[in-house]
Amino acid sequence: MAKLTIDGVEVEVPDGTTILNAARQIGGDLVPPAMCYYSTLKDTGGKCRVCLVKVAAGSAKDPRPMPKLVASCRTPVADGMVVQNLTSPEVLEARKGVVEFLLLNHPLDCPICDQAGECDLQNLAYEHGAAKTRYEEDRRTFEKIDIGDKIKLHMTRCILCYRCTFVGDQLTDKRVHGVLGRGDKSEISTFIQQNVDNDFSGNMIDVCPVGALTDKTFRFKSRVWFTKPLDAHRNCTKCSGKVVLWTKGDDVLRVSARKDQFGEVKDYICNECRFEHKNMSDWTVEGPRHIDRHSVIAQNHYEKIDLQKLKKEVERQLEFQKGKALPQPDNALNS
Amino acid sequence: MGRKLLLEHINEPGINTFEVYRKKGGYASVEKALKTMTPDAVTEEVKKSGLRGRGGAGFPAGMKWSFIDKKSDKPRYLVCNADESEPGTFKDRYLMERIPHLLIEGMITSSYALGAKTSYIYIRGEYMYIVRILEKAIDEAYANGFLGKNILGTDYSLDLYVHPGAGAYICGEETALLESLEGKRGNPRLKPPFPAVAGLYASPTVVNNVETIATVPAIVNMTGDEYAKIGIGKSTGTKLISASGHINKPGVYEIELGVPVEEFIYSEEYCGGIWKGRKLKAVVAGGSSVPVLPADLILKTAKGEPRLMTYESLSDGGFATGTMLGSGGFIVMDETTSIVQNLYTFARFYHHESCGQCSPCREGTGWMEKILHRLHHGHGKKEDIDVLLDVSKKIEGNTICPLGDAAAWPVASAIRHFRKEFEEAALAHEPLLVNS
Repeated sequence: MAKLTIDGVEVEVPDGTTILNAARQIGGDLVPPAMCYYSTLKDTGGKCRVCLVKVAAGSAKDPRPMPKLVASCRTPVADGMVVQNLTSPEVLEARKGVVEFLLLNHPLDCPICDQAGECDLQNLAYEHGAAKTRYEEDRRTFEKIDIGDKIKLHMTRCILCYRCTFVGDQLTDKRVHGVLGRGDKSEISTFIQQNVDNDFSGNMIDVCPVGALTDKTFRFKSRVWFTKPLDAHRNCTKCSGKVVLWTKGDDVLRVSARKDQFGEVKDYICNECRFEHKNMSDWTVEGPRHIDRHSVIAQNHYEKIDLQKLKKEVERQLEFQKGKALPQPDNALNS
Repeated sequence: MGRKLLLEHINEPGINTFEVYRKKGGYASVEKALKTMTPDAVTEEVKKSGLRGRGGAGFPAGMKWSFIDKKSDKPRYLVCNADESEPGTFKDRYLMERIPHLLIEGMITSSYALGAKTSYIYIRGEYMYIVRILEKAIDEAYANGFLGKNILGTDYSLDLYVHPGAGAYICGEETALLESLEGKRGNPRLKPPFPAVAGLYASPTVVNNVETIATVPAIVNMTGDEYAKIGIGKSTGTKLISASGHINKPGVYEIELGVPVEEFIYSEEYCGGIWKGRKLKAVVAGGSSVPVLPADLILKTAKGEPRLMTYESLSDGGFATGTMLGSGGFIVMDETTSIVQNLYTFARFYHHESCGQCSPCREGTGWMEKILHRLHHGHGKKEDIDVLLDVSKKIEGNTICPLGDAAAWPVASAIRHFRKEFEEAALAHEPLLVNS
């Protein structure tokens, strides 16, 4: 076990846990955002750089700070580590930079994007981004293509998190799509169009943090915040059968897997459940689904980080650094 | 004249053949190491020599070797990084083209020290003709019993392969190189784990530059202690410098580390001064990635001491007033050069070569190129300079691999030392003239 502090809050986790997962155990605002890391897909992470944190002390044995900001999703904890996330201005500055970079070539077509309202990039930009762009040049664009009969790829919106390629590697028997080209010209694509075809390919839509991969059976049917999410299940031989139905009246407009508070799917669902059972009678409804993530679907309002709370936390940190005993964590920050 | 360890016989006719190379004392280090030394003793000599990685980072080679995981039951690999793509650097090409057996000798001796049974030379795709030169030399080494089973009648066996890349600068980053060598997309890996623990095929691996490996025979032959006597302080031995730009005698020079920069630029032995009788304006001392320095700071440090061609002296003053020795790509610019144009050229390169894996580098390099394109073509404005600087700051240190830093440093240093030129370009409203 390793004991560490993240923004002054102490947490004890098994060795080998990443900083991000340790922070998730604490929960609340001090959890770094993650756009490419996905806990249920092996080897994801490290690419988007929004989860960068400062390691002010490497470990009890070697208390030197790490020279650069590190990707919290891939850096393992050590006993006695001191991590700063929101309490480090350097981290906030870097994160702001990364958000700006992610939005640079993003079309910002939220008004016509199916993902709007449940988009990780939208949330991230709201919390950490600037209101105005400094970018004056043309954005890179791609043609929309069908990568399978059920999935539309809108590459222009892609932030190259590589999550869908890991779905291809780890959930399906054969990956037939990948990343072509390099730099800002790289794109997710298939060698032959329309050839993503297997039982679990639909999960690519769920893991996509933006509106690059969309469900062709749901495209332009409704804004997500006009649909009502319901937990439901059915007996399925291929998957757990536990899903969320996005309904309008008695119509099932969309079926998706259940996401946890960090926007991650734990139980992947098969394409049959996702695409072929669009009748209420196919499902046993459990009740309304509570969406944990602050986004449009959650009561129509975003929550921004409370700067007052943050200031208190910074003060608490400084006290701690002066050598005083660690005061109790501010519960307000964890709520 | 300084001592030459690598290029001593470079002008010998037929030195690219096994016969002549052997006659000139080649493969002596293999005989000495395999017959009289233990692998650890060879590593110890390299450690004593103080040899530092010649690829650019300057990490002590012996120390890198000693990190290799010897407890692992997996095979160990030595990989030679011949993906020399840094603009302004062409020393490895010269070495491999002219005296390929030196690299092969170094590979055998080094592989022996590391206990590698299979080794690879990963070479950039653009050097296809050198692949053929190396393969011919490898065939000769096999035919003469220096490669293959039971080399020189000892129990040591080694297979050596040349693997061409597909032409990507990023594959010179050691973990991207390993990915590419495994047949995957050349994206850098996240570290840790370091290659010494889990490198090629997740086995312990050492990746060294061509010049580093080619220096090993000299160290084994003359002993590490003798080698360490050449040079100054922690910058031991000789270094190949690829001198290019506005000088009278561009080319590859082998220098003893410690030669004053002024002597290197102006003496007849080396670059022979600035061409056309012009004045020196700026120097990029270690390949395009390192900070550019104006004439006064490259010849003398901020403290007023003469700057020497060593790792320490060139980086004296940090990035505020110093630079790095890097890979030894010494690019000299005369007084007519436009720094804005030069920087635009570099920025275009990094944009083209970014792998696109992590956001700051993927998006930032393109942004910097576009701003510089505007400045260079007379469509810029004064605010662009600060945006440019800020973008470079946001990339630096926040990426997976050093390509982000390499793209950011030239921008930051050019604006630091030549801000006035950028301001002039921003106000010009017409394209900058291209210089002769």
